[in-house]
Amino acid sequence: MSTTTDTGWTTADLRLVPGRRRSDARMRRLFLAAGLTTLLVTALIVYTLVKDAVSFFIHVPKADLWTIGWFPRRGMFDIKTLVVGTLMVTGVAMLIAVPLGLGVAVYLSEFARPRVRKVLKPVVEVLAGIPSVVLGYFAISFINPNIITAISGGANKAFNIAAAGVAVGILTIPIIASVTEDALRAVPLALREASYGLGARRVSTTFRVVLPASISGVVAALILGISRAIGETMVVAIAAGAVGGGLFSTDPFQPGQTMTAAMAALGFGSDQVAGDGLAFQSLFFIGFLLFIMTFCLNLLGDRLVRRVREEY
Amino acid sequence: MAVATPSRFGARSAAELTDRITGGKRDVRGRIVEWILLSTLALTLLILVALVVNLVDRAWPILNGRLGDFLSSGLDASNAQEAGVWQAIRGTVTLAAIVIVVAFPLGISCAVYLEEYAQRSRLARLIRINVRNLAGVPSIVYGILGLTIFVKFAGDITGGRTVIAGGLTLAVLVLPVVVITASEALRAVPQSIREGAMGVGATQWETVRSHVLPSAAPGILTGTVLALSRAAGEAAPLLLVGGITGLLRTGNASIWEQITSGGFTSMPVAIFSYARQTGADFQAVTGAASLILLVLVIIINGLAIWLRNRFERNW
Repeated sequence: MSTTTDTGWTTADLRLVPGRRRSDARMRRLFLAAGLTTLLVTALIVYTLVKDAVSFFIHVPKADLWTIGWFPRRGMFDIKTLVVGTLMVTGVAMLIAVPLGLGVAVYLSEFARPRVRKVLKPVVEVLAGIPSVVLGYFAISFINPNIITAISGGANKAFNIAAAGVAVGILTIPIIASVTEDALRAVPLALREASYGLGARRVSTTFRVVLPASISGVVAALILGISRAIGETMVVAIAAGAVGGGLFSTDPFQPGQTMTAAMAALGFGSDQVAGDGLAFQSLFFIGFLLFIMTFCLNLLGDRLVRRVREEY
Repeated sequence: MAVATPSRFGARSAAELTDRITGGKRDVRGRIVEWILLSTLALTLLILVALVVNLVDRAWPILNGRLGDFLSSGLDASNAQEAGVWQAIRGTVTLAAIVIVVAFPLGISCAVYLEEYAQRSRLARLIRINVRNLAGVPSIVYGILGLTIFVKFAGDITGGRTVIAGGLTLAVLVLPVVVITASEALRAVPQSIREGAMGVGATQWETVRSHVLPSAAPGILTGTVLALSRAAGEAAPLLLVGGITGLLRTGNASIWEQITSGGFTSMPVAIFSYARQTGADFQAVTGAASLILLVLVIIINGLAIWLRNRFERNW
């Protein structure tokens, strides 16, 4: 039913042209499809990992999972070699990244003047952009001969866990720094002003008021940093040695193997490995373990980050 | 009520009053803490300087000797005198092009769906959590995905272990980064801009196309450039989907043949190959290749930071 007005228009003129309505609906479906694609990616990751990981676990002789080292091409799948190697690299990385990352974040957020901050923050961001292969090379050409040799008193091998760990730590600094800084800056100014009003100094305000108020964000930064360190591949593949496999070792100055580096070593030239079903499938088994570990850490870190945002 | 000015306490200035309250003692502990914090920042910057100086020092024999030859030689991890990076540079450019064509439209569309169409629906929340988790999945795991899906399952389309499979793998890897940064850019566009378009009768799609996307374009561009730099520096997944690490012969095959059926390498993969070799000659080769990649990535990142500062708008 159309009513004609004195301008000569009808209400029908206000209705959308069918073509416009159709293109609107088409675009909506297109955007929805793009959104669903990300779910498909996760589903495919889980599916490909689980399928071969389960098959590996069923077929591997269980005694091979607990031997003297990780030598997949000789049928030795010692999981503890990889897990301990990963934990050692992550531990060394955190020794470097936690003090530096937190220090940088606290300084930039609470102490630096705005102009200093404006210059220095992009420089720290540059650190985040350094490709991990470049840091891997830095580990063998600088960190190991100059720093690790001095610390170990010359007991270090040319490729070792400690040098790789330090380089992974350098990669982790920007993540810890940026998540922590976001958390600190989310603390409202009023809290700081109240502290100053009571006569507290800047240092007391920072450590007794701002840091406790943003503690879940700081913890989130550490968790996300650990997750990143666990997942780092190329630094360890270049600097920790043990390309074909590795003996179980708890000495940080010896070559070692992490979960990620073991996967890289299995993968490149995987045409050759494909003949040996178990070695190839172990790739998926470690991948699945790695996925589960980082998934849990990321979920936890993410929840803590959002708690800071919701509080203020 | 009287105001507590310094003069009420018989002091001429606030500084003098402070001095009297603190007994003239300096805040030594505070100074020390501040210096410690400053030194962590200085140490972090020092690492950056050491990295660049070390690379230039190692790369010097090549920078000063056969730079032109190095840039035009192919991948050869057995002979340092013949080793070069041109195949690696070409591979990285091709991979980046595939990432731009695949990941950017897909990621931006996903962000538009999340921010413009389904802000608070349950599905949108699920997709958001999912994207954040994907961003934290280790890159090597994407290599497994690429190996299973793009190399084996879709091998007839991608040609197996080719640069196409590698590019698709990297595209999936940076997809969450694109979605997250594009979402942030869209969220920063004020509601009034959308209401303005809706008010003159635009459909949702017309609002997005002619108002929201142009307003958010600088932010989206910054995010996509950052994602590109991430893709350019990534090696781990490429090792699994067939990046060549030893010697790459491309012969006289046409570019199309090389893309669809030949092997490929990239800058990070080449650096990995060279770093595994011993000897001073290969130290120089690795150093030079690392320096080139670092400069490339810093230029891309600098472009992103410049874009952000140049076009950043506070509504």
